Amino acid sequence: MSAGSSSFLEHAPLAARDWVVSIFPAPLQWLVHHLITIVGVLAVFGLFFAFLTVVERKLLGRIQNRYGPNRTGPFGLLQPFADAVKALTKEDIVPARADKLLHFLAPVVVCTFALMTFAVIPFGRELIPVELDAAVLYFFAAGAATELAIFMAGWSSRNKYSLLAAMRALAQLISYELPLLLTVIPVVMLAGTLSTQHIVLAQEGWTFGVIPHWNILTPWGALGFVIFLIATLAETNRSPFDLPEAESELIAGHLTEYSGFKYALFFMAEYFGMTALCGLGVTLFLGGWQAPCEFLQFIPSYVWFGVKLFALVLVLIWIRGTLLRLRIDQLTRLSWKFLVPLALINLLNAAFWFVSADLPWPGQIARWGISIALVVLPFISIGRRLSAGLGPRTYHYA
Amino acid sequence: MLGSGILKGLAVTAKNLVGSYHDPERLVTVEYPEKRLPLPEAYRNFPFLVTENAEDPMGTLRCVACQICEKECPPQCIYIEKSKDKKPDAAGKLQLYPAIFDIDTSVCMSCQICVEVCPFDAIKMDQVFEIAASNRFTDLLLHREQLAKPNSYFHQIHPTDAAEVDARLAADRKAAEEKAKAAAAAAAAKAAQAKPAPTPAAPATPTPKPSDAPSAEAPKPPPPAA
Repeated sequence: MSAGSSSFLEHAPLAARDWVVSIFPAPLQWLVHHLITIVGVLAVFGLFFAFLTVVERKLLGRIQNRYGPNRTGPFGLLQPFADAVKALTKEDIVPARADKLLHFLAPVVVCTFALMTFAVIPFGRELIPVELDAAVLYFFAAGAATELAIFMAGWSSRNKYSLLAAMRALAQLISYELPLLLTVIPVVMLAGTLSTQHIVLAQEGWTFGVIPHWNILTPWGALGFVIFLIATLAETNRSPFDLPEAESELIAGHLTEYSGFKYALFFMAEYFGMTALCGLGVTLFLGGWQAPCEFLQFIPSYVWFGVKLFALVLVLIWIRGTLLRLRIDQLTRLSWKFLVPLALINLLNAAFWFVSADLPWPGQIARWGISIALVVLPFISIGRRLSAGLGPRTYHYA
Repeated sequence: MLGSGILKGLAVTAKNLVGSYHDPERLVTVEYPEKRLPLPEAYRNFPFLVTENAEDPMGTLRCVACQICEKECPPQCIYIEKSKDKKPDAAGKLQLYPAIFDIDTSVCMSCQICVEVCPFDAIKMDQVFEIAASNRFTDLLLHREQLAKPNSYFHQIHPTDAAEVDARLAADRKAAEEKAKAAAAAAAAKAAQAKPAPTPAAPATPTPKPSDAPSAEAPKPPPPAA
């Protein structure tokens, strides 16, 4: 810690928690300790979710040259609360022939697993709910389970649209889990640890005090981040990969038979999943809670994490406002024929980067050159082959 | 190269995002209850009754209760009851007036046939469209008190039409005055012939001069309502 003034703010959340814990008798302290952490995560990310929905709607509006919601409260800021009241007071309808238990469990499970992923994200230098040695592994195990809940929802609804959506969701999960994991492997490989906190610490330091040592600022990291972002969009079922709930084809996909608060839970889980994956992206590629410049360290680390997380979420909203939904064959083709080979080559690239780390000065230029070539050349050549023979189409009208 | 189209699209949306904040012209939304687009002059929805004087709307209705509109109305949404007494109309002639004039706007189909058949230019189409009510049997049945609107209002919503109507009414009134004058002169001459008493003829029936009707010579339409 360089700046003394920052240390108070840096420790403030932990100090507050320890003070509350100390009030309780010793046998209860471990329980209170964890409950406070859970409540903290729920409160912060619950509010983040609430206002993210407004931000998203406003931003999408502006992207389409409209005002977003601006009727509820100043600048429409009270919109999420109005939405919450509406969702809570709606009638909860369960189809007569649905599997009642699974139909009830699916929204609970999807929200639980989406929230569980927050446990291992380092929000600050000392702010991490659970310090696991295999945190990255845990994150993906919990994250993949949300897709299972979506299948539960689709299956139990006994609705053809829901079932179609569920099958699409699984196809999407299987296709995109692979590139997602393949982009995480180089980061884990170079940091030599599965612990998220240590991965962030491995990205510490600045060249000349201004250029951070983040993974995204290496050739393999940049490509890895792009693939990670695409896979994140697919994993969280967001546009342009929102096939499971494609409203123009499948009504609302797996959400068709859900109403009221259960629907809101699915909605919440989608945003929690998106936030958690963006948080992991920040941790793995954008230096986590590290400040971008050495002299900016006086700002507490959790503020930096929040800023980066928000920026990344805004990028996802921006993409949602720009791109069209893919067809299912285009979706799987993009993954299997483009992202997976690129991620594999990227893995080799990272390995090369790792072994050539200690080269002397002229060798470093060659190292950068070879690494950039290993990114650009496969991208162009595989990219050309990806859509070869597929366009432009000729349409034959009846 | 793969992905260049995506980057172009992202640039377009980013331009929209930034542009909508610094150039409000881009935003096409008119925030309705606060801001309104001007209605086109030809817009019409439900009929209203024209009165000559805003101060005394019931006394100066142009309607003479001839009941043509009631008979012509295809969905039969008009109900009229004639008065027992008579009042002078715009042209100065003694006429009946409607003791009851009801229009059921929940039945009216906005066909404008009542306006077309009215020989007195007494019923015209209105432009008020925010008429939602909680009780359709009482709140949508409009009585003559609610239907009566001054001629100046007619000038506001349909300026061209109103100017035409005023010119025609003024011409009628002039013709009626001249006729009355001629009749008075003839009567006076007759009286003079019959009885050479030099009493001047009694003035013709008083012509009501509507305060808010524009002058007969050059009815200038006021600017349309913003």
